[in-house]
Amino acid sequence: MASLITCPHCGQRPKEEFTIKGDAGLARPAPDAGADVWYDYVYLRDNPKGLHKEYWHHSSGCRRWLIVERDTVTHKVHSVSDAALAKLGGAA
Amino acid sequence: MSSHRLSTGGQIDRARSVKFTFDGKALTGHPGDTLASALLANGIQLVGRSFKYHRPRGILTAGAAEPNALVTTGTGGRTEANTRATMIELHDGLNARSQNRWPSLGFDIGAVNGLLSPFLSAGFYYKTFMWPAGFWEKVYEPLIRKAAGLGKASYEADPDSYEKCWAHCDLLVIGAGPSGLAAALTAGRAGARVLLADEGFAFGGTLLTDRDARLSAMLAELEALPNVQCLPRTTVIGWYDDNVFGAVERVQKHVAEPDPGQPVERLWRIIAKQAILASGAEERPLVFGGNDIPGVMMAGAMRSYLNRQAVAPGKRVAVFTTNNAGYRTAADLEAAGVDVAAIVDPRATNEPGWNGKAKVLTNACIVDALGGKSVSGVSIAGASGVQRFEADAVAMSGGWSPVIHLACHRGAKPVWSDTHAAFLAPERQEGLSLAGAAAGLWSTEACLSDGSRKAAEALQLLGFAKVEPAFAEADAAQPAATPFWFAKGSKGKAFVDYQNDVNLKDLGLAVREGYGDVELAKRYTTNGMATDQGKLSNINAIGILAEARGVSPADVGTTTFRPFYTPVSFGALTGASRGKHFQPVRKSPLHDWAKKNGATFVETGLWYRAAWFPRAGETTWRESVDREVLNIRKNAGICDVSTLGKIEIFGRDAATFLDRVYCNGFAKLPVGKARYGIMLREDGMIYDDGTTSRFSDDHFFMTTTTALAAGVLTHLEFCAQTLWPELEVHFASSTDQWAQMAVAGPKSRAILSEIVDEDISDAAFPFMSARTVSLFGGKLEGRLFRISFSGELAYELGVPAGYGESVADAIMQTGEKHGICAYGAEALGVMRIEKGHVTHAEINGTVTPGDLGFGRMVSTTKPDFIGKVMLAREGMQASDRPRLVGVKPLDPKASFRTGSHILSDGAAATLENDQGYVTSSCYSPNLGHTIGLALIKNGPERIGEKVMIWNGLRNEFTDGVICSPVFIDPENEKLHA
Repeated sequence: MASLITCPHCGQRPKEEFTIKGDAGLARPAPDAGADVWYDYVYLRDNPKGLHKEYWHHSSGCRRWLIVERDTVTHKVHSVSDAALAKLGGAA
Repeated sequence: MSSHRLSTGGQIDRARSVKFTFDGKALTGHPGDTLASALLANGIQLVGRSFKYHRPRGILTAGAAEPNALVTTGTGGRTEANTRATMIELHDGLNARSQNRWPSLGFDIGAVNGLLSPFLSAGFYYKTFMWPAGFWEKVYEPLIRKAAGLGKASYEADPDSYEKCWAHCDLLVIGAGPSGLAAALTAGRAGARVLLADEGFAFGGTLLTDRDARLSAMLAELEALPNVQCLPRTTVIGWYDDNVFGAVERVQKHVAEPDPGQPVERLWRIIAKQAILASGAEERPLVFGGNDIPGVMMAGAMRSYLNRQAVAPGKRVAVFTTNNAGYRTAADLEAAGVDVAAIVDPRATNEPGWNGKAKVLTNACIVDALGGKSVSGVSIAGASGVQRFEADAVAMSGGWSPVIHLACHRGAKPVWSDTHAAFLAPERQEGLSLAGAAAGLWSTEACLSDGSRKAAEALQLLGFAKVEPAFAEADAAQPAATPFWFAKGSKGKAFVDYQNDVNLKDLGLAVREGYGDVELAKRYTTNGMATDQGKLSNINAIGILAEARGVSPADVGTTTFRPFYTPVSFGALTGASRGKHFQPVRKSPLHDWAKKNGATFVETGLWYRAAWFPRAGETTWRESVDREVLNIRKNAGICDVSTLGKIEIFGRDAATFLDRVYCNGFAKLPVGKARYGIMLREDGMIYDDGTTSRFSDDHFFMTTTTALAAGVLTHLEFCAQTLWPELEVHFASSTDQWAQMAVAGPKSRAILSEIVDEDISDAAFPFMSARTVSLFGGKLEGRLFRISFSGELAYELGVPAGYGESVADAIMQTGEKHGICAYGAEALGVMRIEKGHVTHAEINGTVTPGDLGFGRMVSTTKPDFIGKVMLAREGMQASDRPRLVGVKPLDPKASFRTGSHILSDGAAATLENDQGYVTSSCYSPNLGHTIGLALIKNGPERIGEKVMIWNGLRNEFTDGVICSPVFIDPENEKLHA
């Protein structure tokens, strides 16, 4: 966990303003990707030691979904980006 | 009665006296006293009884680590148990009581436990109270709890207020002793924003005890610096990620009657760019027989009471020390006219520079303090055997342990230093450095210098130009410390952990029985637990374990330091979130309308919803609800449905987006139409349902269930932003902007026709129409929907929230001649069950659209939507899944309850025979008997089957029959009227 998250839109804010959803590395499979791929996507989660990208929703702020890259051991936040902008290839 | 106030000296205001009581006895002290110093000044040295053996205990320390002098303060709702007498600032009206004694502190029957001590040794819980198994909960635990204990909490509500706040600073300095003051001065002069916090009411730390002449000028300068904020009475309790610190400020704990406009405590969260931990060092007790008798005290504490409050511990003091601290205390005692019986030093040579009167015994130790409720003498073992000395107080110093708790809150491990004979924390971590005694420096000059240097370093990291250290470099050389873990040959109990009554033998036993690991020994002996968390005892326990195991303390290691550093009141943690501020109350825009129409309200999450509208003569809720339901099906009714979630959806791709989040199609929904939609989770189960209407090509209006209004918006945002960011779609919650009312019943069209300007005949405004309409001859615009939850001809009308009450009034007035009535959530529920409509009672997280009879709604042509792939799994399509049906009793006079289970006719009432359960039930006034909705295996194929409806909790059995879930108007004639 981290105490402060620097939202790319709102600046440094306390973690209580955010809601965490989980692994941001998962890509939603195509409908015909096969049962195993879908099973992995819906049910299986890694619990990595070290760097991990997660979806954090700035639910009490700008309501943007962010990708927070943090270290699960040191709790250091390495980067925070806007999920949509990151996916579209724009600047976060 | 040997401790006393000296006639001169001390940093107390002798001109003023402060009145307080202890165990009901009226006493006086002076401003500048703590409760502990005032008790000692009044000759009161016995202040409590120990946890397990009920041994008489006195005041051991002058600070936060106090394990013995725990008292209960305040009365009524202000009662506070287990507060440390050493930390309580004396104030007028202070009411303090001793704890854990009966019938009195002087004569305590529980002291008989001391005689039973052979049975109460380490691990006695696990050995003695094993059998019979059932006795633990019923007999042993209550008895132990009664015999062993601390203070009692009050059952009354706390009348005071608490608050929380945030603070930002360049440099947080924790501790206002020499190192902290030097750091704050250095940073303050450089123009940095500085927060300086100290748990005491007076800043200075050892400079106060030393009566250092420089202190007043340092404090005056800090006070004058506008960029330095001083927080006395503030304990920093934890170091958290991203350099956030927690702190508790005791704003009004030192006043008799708190100002109600101010909090009594304030919880700070401090975001510090850099921080310096200048928390000093804790003096270690020495472990010898009787080291807990009132009158035995830490040498530094004794010196602090002497110099700060002019309190002498007795008339003749024996000093037992392994370092120069004991000699300093002896010198100050002699200077104040108190005899020093002897200085007992286990080292081979005495401290260089001692020129006092007292004799120094080297290679010697005190093996026992003698006495019961006070010290009468000491036994000293030295080169010439054991000799007895008269003394009425004992000062002890076993060396110093840096206070490194905060520095270890984020995972750093303490490291044993042989030269310091102490555990040290890393001196520099990101955002936090240790200064002074907390970093293992023992001299005042070294601390002043180190604090200055660490502040300059911290500011340089923040980009401050050249920073001048407030104090010059000093020689940091210091003699190596010699650890001394316990005196050999003690006759009496030698305590390691005072608060938990853990003595030397307990730790030896733990090692012998295989619990020598530091974490195991803690749990086996309870050493280091309870309110002081081993601040005095842990290092001695580690040293003793190391010696017993024949290893270095480095190999034993420490237990883990965790926040909070000292106990924090629930009040401070709760802050303002109590009573009506615990959670907000959400009121619908039609709340006042419902209230004036006599509604009985029910809490639904944060909302208050009208449940029913009782009329004169109605004595039960059922009478009101039955009347409302019958009247709506005959005439008309109006109900507040504003609490349903409302989301405006805009954008070029809004239709495409809705097609992907609903399992049924929305792309082709015409403008001016509403459609019922089912939203799935990605695992194929139903998430939520509601209607979505289209007002224009790129503007939709979604409704959600009341419970999931926030969740659905979050879900939509997740889908739009992370799954399909290429779609142009935007959302805005408008739940609070619209007052929404359902007008239902055969007369609803007649009523609304008088209010809505447009033609709303069935031809012009058929079922599932949704349009913006003009109201009252163009005075107002609203949104009209022809949708129905009741199964009647019905409409929902939305108007801007502020107009809600007037419009509802107008509808009631217009509807009067048509027999309209107001109805609440209960009647709404009865009518939807009669019609077989589902809510979250049925959408329970384990049902698919097919389970609820919506199988054919699921699109087979859409290439993708949330939940599509997983819904296709074999198990999700199996016909023997619990599926929605109706149930009714065979005998119309019989009844059953929601939650009852379904058994096949003649099957035994066992879990194995369970066929499903009743999800919703009610009395149907239209049918005259109880009806229910149920999820039953193969349900739709079993319509007409006789079953047993079984309530195992109440042992109720009702003969029933499975039926269609639609009890009223299965042909939808009323709906389409």
